Amino acid sequence: MLSIKNLHMNFGSLEVLKGIDLNIEKGKVVVVIGPSGSGKTTLLRCLNVLETPSKGQLSINNQDIDFSKKITRKDISAIRGQTGMVFQTYNLFPHLTALENVMEGPVTVQKQDKKKARPKAVELLTKVGLGDKLDYYPFQLSGGQQQRVGIARALAMNPEVILFDEPTSSLDPELVGEVLQVMKQLAQEGMTMIVVTHEMNFARDVADEVLFMDGGHILERGHPEDVFSHPENERTKQFLNLLSE
Amino acid sequence: MFPANDLILSAATGFERYVDIAQSSFWPLLKGALLYTIPLTLIAFSIGLMLAVITALFRLSGIKVLGGIARVYISIIRGTPLLVQLFIIFFGLGSVGIKIDPFPAAIIGFSLNTGAYASEIIRAAILSIPKGQWEAAYSINMSYGQTLKRVILPQATRVSIPPLSNSFISLVKDTSLASTILVAEMFRKSQEIVANTYEPLLLYTEAAFIYWVLCFILSLFQDQIENRLNRYVKT
Ligand SMILES: Nc1ncnc2c1ncn2[C@@H]1O[C@H](COP(=O)(O)OP(=O)(O)OP(=O)(O)O)[C@@H](O)[C@H]1O
Ligand SMILES: [Mg+2]
Repeated sequence: MLSIKNLHMNFGSLEVLKGIDLNIEKGKVVVVIGPSGSGKTTLLRCLNVLETPSKGQLSINNQDIDFSKKITRKDISAIRGQTGMVFQTYNLFPHLTALENVMEGPVTVQKQDKKKARPKAVELLTKVGLGDKLDYYPFQLSGGQQQRVGIARALAMNPEVILFDEPTSSLDPELVGEVLQVMKQLAQEGMTMIVVTHEMNFARDVADEVLFMDGGHILERGHPEDVFSHPENERTKQFLNLLSE
Repeated sequence: MFPANDLILSAATGFERYVDIAQSSFWPLLKGALLYTIPLTLIAFSIGLMLAVITALFRLSGIKVLGGIARVYISIIRGTPLLVQLFIIFFGLGSVGIKIDPFPAAIIGFSLNTGAYASEIIRAAILSIPKGQWEAAYSINMSYGQTLKRVILPQATRVSIPPLSNSFISLVKDTSLASTILVAEMFRKSQEIVANTYEPLLLYTEAAFIYWVLCFILSLFQDQIENRLNRYVKT
């Protein structure tokens, strides 16, 4: 469903992704771990073409893009249509209410009628537990609530895969659970997800596969239990030791 | 007999004469404001804002030619006196056969002026919106134009209201310069009445008073708009 071939990404002379290969089947949940600066965020941003990789191929749900060639706005839009993004800092639109945030994509991008988009948005917000906060502005919501609006906003575009970049890292500890709960529910419903996170329990419970990234490479991958309990790579061992300290 | 009589009369009624002139001049001055000062301000500011947004977008486009055009425009307008700009548009162009009536000439001058100054305000306001807002919009597949219109400009507007209000209020007062290119706006009216009555202190003070009232009303509007746009920020 999603396939990445030999993906490279440079910031100027700094090569941040050094040839990523990855296939993800529909409905799978992949958790990405790795030290700071290893390229986790950059990988997700490349999948959403918020960064343009220097070379490599990407295919999501039969939409192909080859970054070695000249890419057009249409190519980018086709890929973005398949992916949703949930940001570490939520990035809700502050001038719009929770409901308007969720409706923005369907109405502005998909040109849906407001009357038609509204019930769907209400349904999504209810699903993430915010059915009673429709008309709240982001500043009136807690971090956990904002992040759940962020998830609903991504879902509203019916993406094939949702990319989560440390969705709970900016949250107070007591709010982490409510967001992870929503993500878990999504996973159970069969949503394909790529999640960068340090929440090892979430990875253990929910992930089908864990990837360990370091220095722009995927150094190890496997079932969460295997990677966490019997890491093969030295760097993975070091990283997991640091985390458990 | 008449001149003597007149003198006595005016001496006896110096204060009344003052009140009389103030009263009889008030309506012509107000008319100057209503027919010229206010329309000139409103029209020039509206056009100026459109120019400003375009100029700001040119500068932010990253396209060299467009950025260059914007820079040259801003540099010329900011680097030369408004009065001189008005003279060039009205007298200068007029002398080479491009005759523009006073009022449209004033509109052109003040619009160009507002456009240059306000573009810097708008550019700064756009730049002040966090990058994450662009990315969130792109992530739901919005185009550059949609992002600008639906996400960035609404937020930039809020940021730019206080400095834009300053420009607007300055413009109200600057329109008095249009008197020099024969626009029958309020200040020119007051000059004409001074020429007949020889009461500069009275008339110019009266004009100043009306300018102040106009600006005061505008500042009330500013408060209203700010309150409206601040509804989505923590207070
Ligand atoms: N816009 C940018 N310009 C230049 N360098 C960048 C940019 N974004 C990221 N980098 C660099 O790319 C490398 C990978 O960054 P990235 O954000 O992908 O790491 P990460 O694995 O997400 O780290 P963290 O766990 O701290 O979020 C880092 O060395 C970073 O400094
Ligand atoms: Mg990161």
